[in-house]
Amino acid sequence: MDLTIGLSHYLVLAAILFTIGIVGIFLNRKNVIVILMSIELMLLAVNINFVAFSQKLGDLSGQIFALFVLTVAAAEAAIGLAILVVYFRNRGSIAVDDINLMKG
Amino acid sequence: MLAELSDQLINSPQIVGTFAMFYAFATVLLFAAVMVITARNPVHSVLFLILGFFNAAGLFLLMGAEFLAAILVIVYVGAVAVLFLFVVMMLDIDFAELRKGAARNLPVGLVTAGILAAEMIMLVLSWSMANGADSQIASRTPVETANTEALGQILYTQYVIPFQVAGLILLVAMIGAIVLTHRTRPGVRRQLVATQNSRNPADVMKLTRPETGEGI
Repeated sequence: MDLTIGLSHYLVLAAILFTIGIVGIFLNRKNVIVILMSIELMLLAVNINFVAFSQKLGDLSGQIFALFVLTVAAAEAAIGLAILVVYFRNRGSIAVDDINLMKG
Repeated sequence: MLAELSDQLINSPQIVGTFAMFYAFATVLLFAAVMVITARNPVHSVLFLILGFFNAAGLFLLMGAEFLAAILVIVYVGAVAVLFLFVVMMLDIDFAELRKGAARNLPVGLVTAGILAAEMIMLVLSWSMANGADSQIASRTPVETANTEALGQILYTQYVIPFQVAGLILLVAMIGAIVLTHRTRPGVRRQLVATQNSRNPADVMKLTRPETGEGI
């Protein structure tokens, strides 16, 4: 029995995690906060892929790119939550269905 | 089978240890991820997100990416998750209302997710490295250097421009978040030093000398 944990273990794990993130977006279609958290989960899955390939290929640049993904994810969370706070202040609700101000 | 397992445990304890740790971290990570999207209370969602990030950090450690594991805990658990927690707790939102009709989307979501997961897993299992991929490596992992030091050595040389751009992105995000959420409230009484300094005592003060027992 081969117990070695290889690249494909991590890739399958990341694929499942990414899928859970997508189900989260479908399941919480109205709740922006949980949608943002689902996006964080999907970015985490991408990071796991980057690091797994980095380890497999012996190439450090994968970890550098995972670092950049983390940076962009942090910036995105900050801006997204700021927009959410402003929107709640103006409308008193964060339901995605109500966000139709730009429809005209 | 058990005998084989114990054989392996004696011959190569490190492989068995990695195996057990991988499955422990992966199971808890997937469980936490499922709880993030299904929890009724968003505060619980955020707490499960934190649990998931801790386990992902464990997986990064298993893969030898110590610096990223530390960054994941510091940046995600320390900053992003706490930010989420603040927003969830600060806004007075009726989450039960937002949950309504969620079950209607579930079948479509599950079908989409099932197809996507099947595609990705098939891809992962049938994938193989291209010939000559080894010669395309951008920055080979050094053998003798620790992970953090090795990352620093290429981050400030080979990747210095992307690194600066990442800093710029964070600056823009910071300014954007402040500008978005900053509000000037009407009717707030602030100290105006210039007005205070330019007041004339003669205009605002009246000196009187009332007689004893008479008052003003």
